[in-house]
Amino acid sequence: MSPTVADQQDFAEQAMEYAPQLYSAALRMTRNKADAEDLVQEAYLRGFRSFHTFQEGTNLRAWLFRILTNAYINTYRAKQRRPQESDLGEIEDLYLYRRLGSMETAAASMSAEEAFLDVFTDDEVKQALEDLPDNFRLPVLLADVEGFAYKEIAEMLEIPIGTVMSRLHRGRKAMQRALYEYAEARGLTRHLDAEANES
Amino acid sequence: MANCNETIRELDAFLDGELPDDVRAHIHVHLDSCMDCLQAFDFQAELKMAIRRKCNTDELPPGLLGRIEMCFNTDIDGDGVIGSV
Repeated sequence: MSPTVADQQDFAEQAMEYAPQLYSAALRMTRNKADAEDLVQEAYLRGFRSFHTFQEGTNLRAWLFRILTNAYINTYRAKQRRPQESDLGEIEDLYLYRRLGSMETAAASMSAEEAFLDVFTDDEVKQALEDLPDNFRLPVLLADVEGFAYKEIAEMLEIPIGTVMSRLHRGRKAMQRALYEYAEARGLTRHLDAEANES
Repeated sequence: MANCNETIRELDAFLDGELPDDVRAHIHVHLDSCMDCLQAFDFQAELKMAIRRKCNTDELPPGLLGRIEMCFNTDIDGDGVIGSV
């Protein structure tokens, strides 16, 4: 069955509201604005042309993200030189909490105005995510930023749920290590060192 | 009732809302009585929210929506099918 004009009008009306989210995700995937724009445009075109296969009543947002992720994996990842599969080394659980948790407790008692983790800038958090190798970055992006369920992520990435979980776990820890390095570089951890020396 | 190690092992799945109800209930019981685990869970929950918030601040490039919509209405490659590339 080929798409009808009515289908395609529906698509234009329903799908455009997701453009900001798709563009943000595309930026985290491609790591540059020009490729992100191309990727979003490509995803919308693919969606537009196959909208007749979309099942009414299912999740349009998840469907669009699936198309976006596929387009990225098939088109953009292929031309990137970075290794596609890589490891992150051993990182302990609760990496950031074990290092900054006491600062958070101190900050919470001083002022509840600003969330402690706002010490990290938007750019630092984005960078920490973007620096993850692809096989870890996509699960973290889809789970933590986009809020998809393990099952949805497994379908989007065509990997088993157990693999989603282990990559998510390892990717999150690596992101925490990167954030801690930013905190160290900015001297945010200095007063913790001072406390440790006193005791 | 779950102990600290078992609880921390389930942290991801707990915060992701992916635990079966009975396991989730066990974790809750532990968190109610263990301040250490509760603080760790709170921290991770806040971190997850902060990542979400801070990674959603990109501005849509001006003109992108227009370019997308234009594709929907254009027979780009002249094959008689609208929206094709």
